[in-house]
Amino acid sequence: MEYVATIGMEVHAQILTQTKMFCGCPNELTSAAPNTHTCPVCLGMPGVLPVINRVAVEATVLTGMALNCTIPSFSKFDRKNYHYPDLPKGYQISQYDLPLCTSGHLDVTVEGDARRIGIRRVHLEEDTARLVHQGGVSLVDFNRSGVPLMEIVTEADLHSAEDAYAYLSKLRQILRYLGVSTGNMEDGAMRCEANISVRPEGAEVLGTKVEVKNLNSFRSVRMAIAYEIERQIAVLEQGGRVQQVTMGWDETNHRTLFQRSKEGAEDYRYFPEPDLPPIEVDEEWRAGIRCRLPELPDEKEERFTQSYGIREADAALLTQDLQVANYFEAACAACEGPTSPQTVANWVLGDLYRLLGASGSDIQACPVRPEGLASLLALVESGKINGTTAKDVLNEMFASGRSAEEIVKNKGLAQISDEDTLTEIVLSVLDQNPGPAQQYREGKLQVLGFLVGQVMRQTRGQANAQAVAEIIKTELARQS
Amino acid sequence: MALSREQVQHIAELARLELSEQETELFVEQLSAILDYAEQLNDLDTDAVPPTAQVLALRNVMRSDELQPCLTPDQALANAPQRQDAYFRVRAILE
Repeated sequence: MEYVATIGMEVHAQILTQTKMFCGCPNELTSAAPNTHTCPVCLGMPGVLPVINRVAVEATVLTGMALNCTIPSFSKFDRKNYHYPDLPKGYQISQYDLPLCTSGHLDVTVEGDARRIGIRRVHLEEDTARLVHQGGVSLVDFNRSGVPLMEIVTEADLHSAEDAYAYLSKLRQILRYLGVSTGNMEDGAMRCEANISVRPEGAEVLGTKVEVKNLNSFRSVRMAIAYEIERQIAVLEQGGRVQQVTMGWDETNHRTLFQRSKEGAEDYRYFPEPDLPPIEVDEEWRAGIRCRLPELPDEKEERFTQSYGIREADAALLTQDLQVANYFEAACAACEGPTSPQTVANWVLGDLYRLLGASGSDIQACPVRPEGLASLLALVESGKINGTTAKDVLNEMFASGRSAEEIVKNKGLAQISDEDTLTEIVLSVLDQNPGPAQQYREGKLQVLGFLVGQVMRQTRGQANAQAVAEIIKTELARQS
Repeated sequence: MALSREQVQHIAELARLELSEQETELFVEQLSAILDYAEQLNDLDTDAVPPTAQVLALRNVMRSDELQPCLTPDQALANAPQRQDAYFRVRAILE
């Protein structure tokens, strides 16, 4: 029997603000010693009052706009009540029935097919403290307590692990374009849960939903969903019933594991947060936030193919990362003369990516700035150096941070285009290779490549290969 | 409105409270009485009153994203029943 999987995703993303959601403690987790970023508010002391961080609200609304959401004029916070040591107040301030953003969508491409994923809602809440489990005890660090967190919930519009992967990649790309989150799953700045059900093809009613948590990387999202779909199909095939449970992804053994039963479904007793007046987003505020919406990945990709005339696949690659896209545009702008944007794209996606990959650095820290790349390409265009030399020069620029001109000058790498010099070398090569020279004269034209190669070798790659070919032809014609 | 024993026990469980038989009986009675008292509100005609999540006529009370001084770890941990280094220490949580 054929089965259809139905998947909904919930993504939590930490918002990049200076301070926490409801207090002025720093929102900074990577370098902080435990419990150094706390105050009575984020420690949940009795009698304190939270105050909403405006920047976090605006970042959430901005995200909603980028995800084509409706921004209702009225929104409020609610208390979600449960007991856990990472939650000092006994409740999390979240949003229940009136989130900041509703009913949007995100268009993604899955294996060449365009797909529209519905976005049910985007809401704002506070993160919990971090727990460090140590045998019989847990240690609590409240630095993360109260960090602003947005939750992005899809409709049940995804049907495979590939769908989920494509959605998550696109979502992260947009969060990064907006500058609202780092989107890094590895350090927990972006976290993901999937609700998965399976039903026989043609069945009207959805199958029983299983929630899968602990998806800490893009890889584990893809593997866990594929695994869970297979697991549920196997249960149904054997005539069993899928239980409504929460599963955790076991990263070591690559399988989903039972975490807890959903029976007596969570009873969070949501009620409106009495300490926080509601939020009204009027037309003026909404327009002000909309103004800050940057060019999004799809638009940028389109513009790159249209106005730079580069290949679509290259435009897609360049726009994947905003910093790379900016680098490309800066390099194109710095190019004087005839260097084409496609040439710039080739160099960025080729040799520069290779160097960045090998050194593990990102493009913002690249020692070769866009202007530097442009002046290297200008040396190639003007015939001062050839393409092979340019690769070596780029390596050197990357390693030393020096300019292309300086390296070419100091190392004597300038291309030899001078006809007298080249003719002299050509003549000596022809002398040393009487056989191939004769073959050429007898009409075996492909030996030309071999002869040019010999000249290039003698000049350590610095000869202008085109000029060399011409001179060889002239000389051989003259000698015959 | 009378609460059942099961409802009271469920509430106790959510609040992580362990109730004895006598306490359960006592709270069935007391909590039911509190609900009865609040139930008087049902006698009011609220057809013309729009629902609200808030009793204060405030909107958009927000702060700018500016840093304020934090507590030191020692201040933060001063009332902790148990600490380990600069962490609060609690019993291990089992899912």
